[in-house]
Amino acid sequence: MVKTIISEGLPVDEKLIIRKNVIQGKTGNKRICIVTGTHGDELEGQYVCFELIRMLNENIDSLNGTVEIYPALNPLGLDSVNRGFPTFDLDMNRIFPGDAGGHLIENIAHQIVNDLKGADMVIDIHSSNIFLREMPQARVNIEMADQLVPFAKLLNLDFIWVHGAATVLESTLAHSLNVIGTPTVVVEMGIGMRITRLYGDRLIDGIINLMKEMGMWTGAVAEDISNPQLSTLGEVCFLNAEASGIIIPSVSHSVHVKKGDLLCQIVDPFGGTILENVLSPVDGLLFTLRTYPVVNEGSLIARIFSETN
Amino acid sequence: MKQEILFSMKSPYRDEFKIQGFRFGSGKKSVAIMGAMRGDEVQQQFTCSQVVKNLMELEENGLLIPDHEILVIPSANHFSMNINKRFWAMDNTDINRMFPGYDKGETTQRIASAIFESVKEYEYGIQLASFYLPGEFIPHVRMMDTGFQNIELAKNFGLPYVFVREPKPYDTTVLNYNWQIFGTHAFSIYAGDTNIIDKESAKIAWTSIMRFMNKMGVIDHSRHEGYHSSLISDLNIQSVLSDQPGILYSLKDAGDEIKKGDLLAKILDPFTGCIVSEIISPVSGTLFFAHQKPLIHQHTVLFKIISF
Repeated sequence: MVKTIISEGLPVDEKLIIRKNVIQGKTGNKRICIVTGTHGDELEGQYVCFELIRMLNENIDSLNGTVEIYPALNPLGLDSVNRGFPTFDLDMNRIFPGDAGGHLIENIAHQIVNDLKGADMVIDIHSSNIFLREMPQARVNIEMADQLVPFAKLLNLDFIWVHGAATVLESTLAHSLNVIGTPTVVVEMGIGMRITRLYGDRLIDGIINLMKEMGMWTGAVAEDISNPQLSTLGEVCFLNAEASGIIIPSVSHSVHVKKGDLLCQIVDPFGGTILENVLSPVDGLLFTLRTYPVVNEGSLIARIFSETN
Repeated sequence: MKQEILFSMKSPYRDEFKIQGFRFGSGKKSVAIMGAMRGDEVQQQFTCSQVVKNLMELEENGLLIPDHEILVIPSANHFSMNINKRFWAMDNTDINRMFPGYDKGETTQRIASAIFESVKEYEYGIQLASFYLPGEFIPHVRMMDTGFQNIELAKNFGLPYVFVREPKPYDTTVLNYNWQIFGTHAFSIYAGDTNIIDKESAKIAWTSIMRFMNKMGVIDHSRHEGYHSSLISDLNIQSVLSDQPGILYSLKDAGDEIKKGDLLAKILDPFTGCIVSEIISPVSGTLFFAHQKPLIHQHTVLFKIISF
């Protein structure tokens, strides 16, 4: 059943509506929430929402508990191809937990947190941005790692990135929920403005696997759930462009590379010259790769996970 | 005055991007002034350009006090300003959310790093800032409560108010916060609007900067004392939000004195023009901020009122 959780007036004859689909099965009282669409240019979660709802409805007898699916926390951004919340400056994922007495978006953030509060698990699906392609991965704040990594391992992902605790990240949805005792795992996969069906299908298998562990699913689960690499067993290496130009890639995404391998060239389309040969500084797993060809000095090109021996 | 390039970056298709600094005097690093970091901060850039103009005149007349160095950076984001964008032209990131920066990181992290390397270690740091909502402010000095803020110094700008507010998590990456953490007395000046030039409030802002530098013994430029600044905090500010969406028909401006029960604005139905809501002041005080865009959502911050 689709429920409206937020309805706020827009200037001319329209409401800003945030909705969720509540799927109730049997008598179980556990609740898992799938949220996505905070950034309007990240669309990978849309397929997950569609396919998960379709599959649950077809197998409702196997569901024991409640699944709540929020495809669009930023409906105006999704509908207008805007990463941000139109008319508002700050990144929507930097204003949580919001403020009941604040401006529209702060008020909305407050209501979203209230609606999700108390869930047994929240999966917050992101899909990078329009520049970078990401391997299916979980992002977990180091302060929450002990609690969240066991759940993240069930999600059929390739990588779990346990990252440092930056103050600025305290204003994300995931952090705001985790600190009030609602466990939330962030999933990053794919790329902005596109849908990678393979990644979506994998994550759905992972969510069902997690629900099985939580006692919310009595049906079959995929047998080939992936065993993700954990970032704490090595280090993440960042590669940024040292020249402005056009990227010509030399490797595919999601491959293991060797130290010294050519990852891409940055070239000058006016002079016909190679400005930079970007070489891998380590052996490791190429889990982030730029696909948008134009770069400025500093643009992120790749991230490689290098496992420590 | 020495005009210097503090940061430069080639672009595949555009002219070279350069951040220019205007350095006055030499000796002790006394004052660094940061202008527009967002592409729509035209008022801030204009104000900063007036500071440069005034300093050039003082220099010509030998009125810069020896052993003090002043650095002014009027613009750090004209790649966006020239194409009518607020945030960084390529990836829409905000330079003022990247401090203290990282010289090996993303483009805007590198820009922030270059700016911070140039402006840190000054005794006083002044940023001409803009708010995240569209509207007009009473000219004021703003500082974050980091434990390092110096309120008495802020009063030397002679602006009507000194506003000290609690930092939020996302504030930890702005210039003002990092200046303070790294030992600079940091002040943000808010005056007027952002993407239009309001000559009167711009003049109040650049005059206050000149007054501050005079009082700190950096320039010889005696002027009137300005206001005896009132100190305010979040506790003195009451926000008034719209209870309906529509067309804002505002009756009051920033700086107006109001009484509890005064009619501040009407919200009009965008089709019929009928009044759908009247915005009544919940307190007596002074309008600190007034929203200025004509179309408003429900729950838009229309006014901020100072009351004691």
